Amino acid sequence: MDVSQYLEIFLDETNEHLQNLNTQILSLEQEPDNMDTINEIFRAAHSLKGMAGTMGYKRMQNLTHDMENVFSEVRNGNITVKANMIDILFQCLDALEEYNSNIRDSADEGTNDNEPLIKQLNEILNGGSAAKEEAAPAKERTDGSAPQQESDEVADEKWKDVKLGESEKLVLSEAVSQGKNVYGLTVTVQESCILKAARAFLVFKAVEESGEIVYSNPSTQDIEDEKFDLDFTLIVVTDDTLENILTAARAVSEIENVVGGVYTVKNVHASAETKESETETDSAPEPENSTETAPVKAESDNKPVAAETTAPANAGSSVQQAAPAASKNEKKQPAGKPVVNRTVRVDIEKLDTLMNLVSELIIAKNSLVSASTNTNTGNGANNEVNEQIEYLESVTTLLHESVMKVRMVPIESIVTKFPRMIRDISKKLDKKMELYMSGEETELDRTVVDEIGDPLMHLLRNSADHGLESNELRKERGKPEVGSIFLDAYQDGNNVVIEVRDDGNGIDTESVKNKAIERGVITEEQAANMSEKEIIGLLFNAGFSTAKTVSDISGRGVGLDVVKSKIEALSGEIEVKSKLGEGSTWIIRLPLTLAIIQALMVVVGDEKYAISLGSIQTLEDISPSDVQLVQNKEVIRLRGDVIPVIRLSEILDIKSDKDPNENLVVVIVKKGDRLAGLVVDELIGQQEIVIKSMGKYINKCKIISGATILGDGEVALILDTNSLI
Amino acid sequence: MDELKTIGDTTQFIVIKLGDEQYGINIKYIDNIVRMPHITRVPKVDPYLKGVINLRGEVVPVMSIRIKMGLPEDEFTKSSRIIIIKLETQGYIGIIVDEVKEVVTLDASQIEKVSYDSKDEKGNFISGVGKCEDGLISLLDLNMVVPEVS
Repeated sequence: MDVSQYLEIFLDETNEHLQNLNTQILSLEQEPDNMDTINEIFRAAHSLKGMAGTMGYKRMQNLTHDMENVFSEVRNGNITVKANMIDILFQCLDALEEYNSNIRDSADEGTNDNEPLIKQLNEILNGGSAAKEEAAPAKERTDGSAPQQESDEVADEKWKDVKLGESEKLVLSEAVSQGKNVYGLTVTVQESCILKAARAFLVFKAVEESGEIVYSNPSTQDIEDEKFDLDFTLIVVTDDTLENILTAARAVSEIENVVGGVYTVKNVHASAETKESETETDSAPEPENSTETAPVKAESDNKPVAAETTAPANAGSSVQQAAPAASKNEKKQPAGKPVVNRTVRVDIEKLDTLMNLVSELIIAKNSLVSASTNTNTGNGANNEVNEQIEYLESVTTLLHESVMKVRMVPIESIVTKFPRMIRDISKKLDKKMELYMSGEETELDRTVVDEIGDPLMHLLRNSADHGLESNELRKERGKPEVGSIFLDAYQDGNNVVIEVRDDGNGIDTESVKNKAIERGVITEEQAANMSEKEIIGLLFNAGFSTAKTVSDISGRGVGLDVVKSKIEALSGEIEVKSKLGEGSTWIIRLPLTLAIIQALMVVVGDEKYAISLGSIQTLEDISPSDVQLVQNKEVIRLRGDVIPVIRLSEILDIKSDKDPNENLVVVIVKKGDRLAGLVVDELIGQQEIVIKSMGKYINKCKIISGATILGDGEVALILDTNSLI
Repeated sequence: MDELKTIGDTTQFIVIKLGDEQYGINIKYIDNIVRMPHITRVPKVDPYLKGVINLRGEVVPVMSIRIKMGLPEDEFTKSSRIIIIKLETQGYIGIIVDEVKEVVTLDASQIEKVSYDSKDEKGNFISGVGKCEDGLISLLDLNMVVPEVS
């Protein structure tokens, strides 16, 4: 089977599963007895195995298979989770990630069999198997083959709930009287299966070779039309044994599981009570059926399913008979709906194109606005035009917002790997530490999220390695032995702020200063005149590292300058606050959007500039006499604050022809908690602007963050107020 | 100049005027020639960077080749043009010229390499001299003219 077309889906899903596994195994380390976590891990390992198998990645399949075995034993209570087992599992994940990245690069999983890992897994397995033999003798387990292992795990025995019509019952009783066997089968198709109907057809064919299918749920027609979720139920009349039938059905690829047993009409009534207990251990994502004939799709995402799917996996008869079960069945959907996917994967390039088109549309709209104001003579026809333009304006704004939202993803996708990383560092450095994260749901533009992972990782490593003191030193200093690192993300106006904070040693400015002198970054005279802030800023210099020893984790001095340039490339900025002995905080500020912003247009001299509305606090009208001098710098006092005044005409080298006795128009801008007043000549108004890059030739000018094209086709520059403060 | 665009043995140049002198620009680097639009000044940059213009919705920097070569500053007239250049790996940049005259086709025999005279500032920007009926054309080495991208 040619599976190359599924490669991308496979990689995406593998990534999700691996991430999920990382998180779950971490939490397993904390609570080794949590059944939900164990179920979830089992399920993820199982899906991975299935996917790898389908794609023909044998090594990956073998490894996941063994991991799955271990977990099925854990789940059965035959093995208890131990620290060394967690370590091995993490190594397995690393190995899987390696497979995954090999596949991403070359569509081939590579040649590493990871035999030592498999051996270790098997050792864990054997350690527990003796106990298992006693604990679960009743189970029809035969070691080795995967489907049979699952047969007792994924015991979704819906066939027991089948309710037959009179005619079918007649056929059955006739068959029984002829000495034939009647079996009920429930076939579960793998979640990753793409051609479900085809697989079902193969199962039908395999079963019909040795018997006759007298009943199927959903109906044969619905199955052919793919109107079923992941499983279907058959009643078979045959001369053959159950084992043969099951084996035949399981031989079809992409079939996750087939369960079955002797079907008697009595089974119909046995359902409701027994059902719940039987499905309690069920971890596979089962659909929730509301009526007999209509299995409908539940969420097929990678959400934790163990808890939700235990109760509601009932077929119709039990719902009718057992009210309590129905009340648990919260996600019940109306009958007869075809399977519908609620999400679509879209190539990011298509979104970029869409975004560009929206940008163009906004520029066109702006031209229309300026054209209409130019010709506005106040007659009736123009009013109508203006109304329509206003309408167009609101539509384009909404359109822009929607497109932006489509591109936004929560930072969760990158931060989930950090707890694992900190755990590994903690073990490696033999330092106890704990990572606390908040705001993982904060959303950022997809392109930003993709880029921000590495810088964050650098900062976390820095905190773990340089920031936190050794356990002994912490005790000496009266701090809790376990160091804390915090990763907090939140939205602040038009920015998203990500803070990496630790309660470690903080930055030793003296040591930074000495190092800088030693490295020739600054001279001693310079050092003497530098403020603490400036010294901390030295850390972002290329080739600067204060760690006394170079470690695996950090200390090569390539970290912070890379972090800074990466963040600046995303139009963001980074700031450090540090207190010696108490810890440091790295604050990353990123723009929410990269392409279109609301801006205030201002006039300085004969030039127009845009200031991002997000950074503007207020607009003030100030009398020249209110401007005072402090240390030879102009300031104003505003509601108790002393705010420095920046005359844009001076900064931008423009001759302002404004009368100095006239009142000053001051735009108060903020950066974090600091304010500054920008003096402009005139305000034009608020406008939605599309940020354009100025190209590589003009990048010396720090106070300009970009350019935009105005409605009349002219280019206006966007002021980077952050660099002014 | 590295690889000249050759048809057989010939290369096409656009002939421009800066003051009284004629210069040639290899046609393969030229994206477009536009009339003088409004140039938005960018503060705090090298003086030869005159600002940015709107080229079909893109913001493109514009430089003065006169200032770069140490000639008197541009005077914009009706015949002033901006030649939009695209070098392989770098973005677009516009070059202000006094006038665009014609396209000439020179074959290799008509192009004479010039020996460098380090004192001659202008000379550093020239890769060769082309001879044709209208006289001599200094062929511009765009890699020298266009600023380095940092």
